[in-house]
Amino acid sequence: MPLNIRIGFFLAFRALRRASLWTTGLIIFVMVLTFLNLVVISGILVGLLQGAVDSMRTEYTSDIIVSTLWDKSYIENSPNIIELVSAVPGVDMLTSRYREASTLEANHRTRKDSDKPNLAPAQIIGINPTQEDAVTGIASKIIEGSFLAEGDYDKIVLGNYLLSQYIPIKTPGLATLDNVSVGSKIRIHVGSVVREVTVKGILKSKVDEIALRAFMLGSQFRSMIGRNDGNVDEIVIKVKKGVDPVSVRNELILRGVDKVATVQTFEEAQPQAFKDIINTFKMLGTIFSSIGLVVASVTIFIVIFVNALTRRKYIGILKGIGIHGRAIEYSYVFQSIFYAVSGSVVGLALVYGFLMPRFAAHPIDFPFSDGILVAPVEETLFRAGLLIVATIIAGYIPARMIIRKNTLDSILGRN
Amino acid sequence: MIETKNLQRSFKNGDVETQVLRGIDFTALDGEFIAIMGRSGAGKSTFLYQMSLLDEPTGGEITIDGHNTHTMDERERMKFRLNMFGYVFQDYALLPELTAVENVALPLLMQNHPKKSAYAQAATALERAGLGSRLHNLPSQLSGGEQQRVSISRAIAHKPKILFADEPTANLDNESSRGIMGIFQDLHKHGQTIIMVTHEEEYAKLAGKIMQMDDGKIISEVKNRG
Repeated sequence: MPLNIRIGFFLAFRALRRASLWTTGLIIFVMVLTFLNLVVISGILVGLLQGAVDSMRTEYTSDIIVSTLWDKSYIENSPNIIELVSAVPGVDMLTSRYREASTLEANHRTRKDSDKPNLAPAQIIGINPTQEDAVTGIASKIIEGSFLAEGDYDKIVLGNYLLSQYIPIKTPGLATLDNVSVGSKIRIHVGSVVREVTVKGILKSKVDEIALRAFMLGSQFRSMIGRNDGNVDEIVIKVKKGVDPVSVRNELILRGVDKVATVQTFEEAQPQAFKDIINTFKMLGTIFSSIGLVVASVTIFIVIFVNALTRRKYIGILKGIGIHGRAIEYSYVFQSIFYAVSGSVVGLALVYGFLMPRFAAHPIDFPFSDGILVAPVEETLFRAGLLIVATIIAGYIPARMIIRKNTLDSILGRN
Repeated sequence: MIETKNLQRSFKNGDVETQVLRGIDFTALDGEFIAIMGRSGAGKSTFLYQMSLLDEPTGGEITIDGHNTHTMDERERMKFRLNMFGYVFQDYALLPELTAVENVALPLLMQNHPKKSAYAQAATALERAGLGSRLHNLPSQLSGGEQQRVSISRAIAHKPKILFADEPTANLDNESSRGIMGIFQDLHKHGQTIIMVTHEEEYAKLAGKIMQMDDGKIISEVKNRG
């Protein structure tokens, strides 16, 4: 090891070992906050949307969604497709859905002829409740009443955004049903078919595809929309643990499913606007991180500058007795590295040992998503590396500034 | 041997220039113990700093063992200070976060001595100064006299050609001062060249030669008997 580095380490190690614990602790605390500022702020920004992405995946698309081609009314030859999908290696379970635009009508029994009908447009989804719940866990989203069960004919479950009482502020253009709760009778209009059903349960979700939809038994709904041939609109696939959805999607395409349906992974199925927002938030996260990095650099610059300034006399003595300026610079660089590495290690432990599990267990209740903390290990390590590099530079510059001063002036405290 | 010719040092403060050293011709032979005396502001410390290469003169020449220091860059001056000189400052100038033995070992480590031998040499120097039981004490755990003895140990551990001491007893009580001067005399007996600035006549008399300075010049040079 070069001599100057050895001497620099010798000086730094002893300076740190014999420094005041409070001072060292305070500097490391500032570095931890800086690290968290680098990782957590952008992590929450991205996590805010990641929460929405995760919800969309869990509650609606699952890992892969096979849906109707844009120019078709349904997935042709669905029973065979379902059979084919079931046979693809890596597929754990699936559920199929019928989907049709409809209008819901509430208070039709009490409405006078002169009253305006209480209508709300909604997509009705015909499902197999057992399979649907197995794939998406949708039953856990029930906040009133209960979820559908086999044999629940003429029963419906409504998404919360279809009901006035769950929308705190009236949104122009969003028609909702008034005075509807569990047990209420509503009418559904699907094409020319009109049917009275009973509200069995109400779902609450931050995913629009759930919150703005109504759910009925598929076996009943398919006859209402004339699909007794079993052709469905969506097939939702959950892959086995550890299986990459992309590989299953590719296998489905290889087997020709894309000829009759759109095959998308959960990521591909996200609306473009959603992807744009994610990218925007990532950009914002990067901007905040960059500011955090500058703040970190300035902080460590001030710490080292004040440290070197108050020790100017000793720096002069070191130079006076023949210690190379480079060795003294290294000692400050080593001290900076110690502060940055300690701050990063404590920060990493906090992020992965406490904050991430905590946010995963108790997501932040944002209006449109359950925000989690997103901190991919590679990205976080990269940021920690950036912080260390910035700290080294920020530690080196002030040390160099002080060391360059005249030796005797430093010893005598002259300016 | 150290020799100065027409050595000058002035300081500028705005338009005002103060001439502190006004052309000093001086020679110190190997093994000499020289005390520089003079009233406050006479320029004795400034003269010491020029000779010990801690400062750069504004005029004149310094030659040490035939090397003209005028042509040296800072790197060479630093090497010279490390290998040829030892320093004892008035306020001990020990590094507070290093123990006594570490303070003494530091210049040896910088000279690329292996750690073990540097520490052994440092311990020997401290033992000679009567600090064998205080090797691992921090400066804050030592008295002023002990700190100055650590400072002397640091100055001599690497066996320098010349030992420079700037008012080494100024901050010490009589007993400690006598102890320090005893060490200096002992070093001198063993052939160490010492140049010491002091304002205490009692201790100056222990040197082989006393030089009196006034107004930036050497005004007298007296050899002590014995």
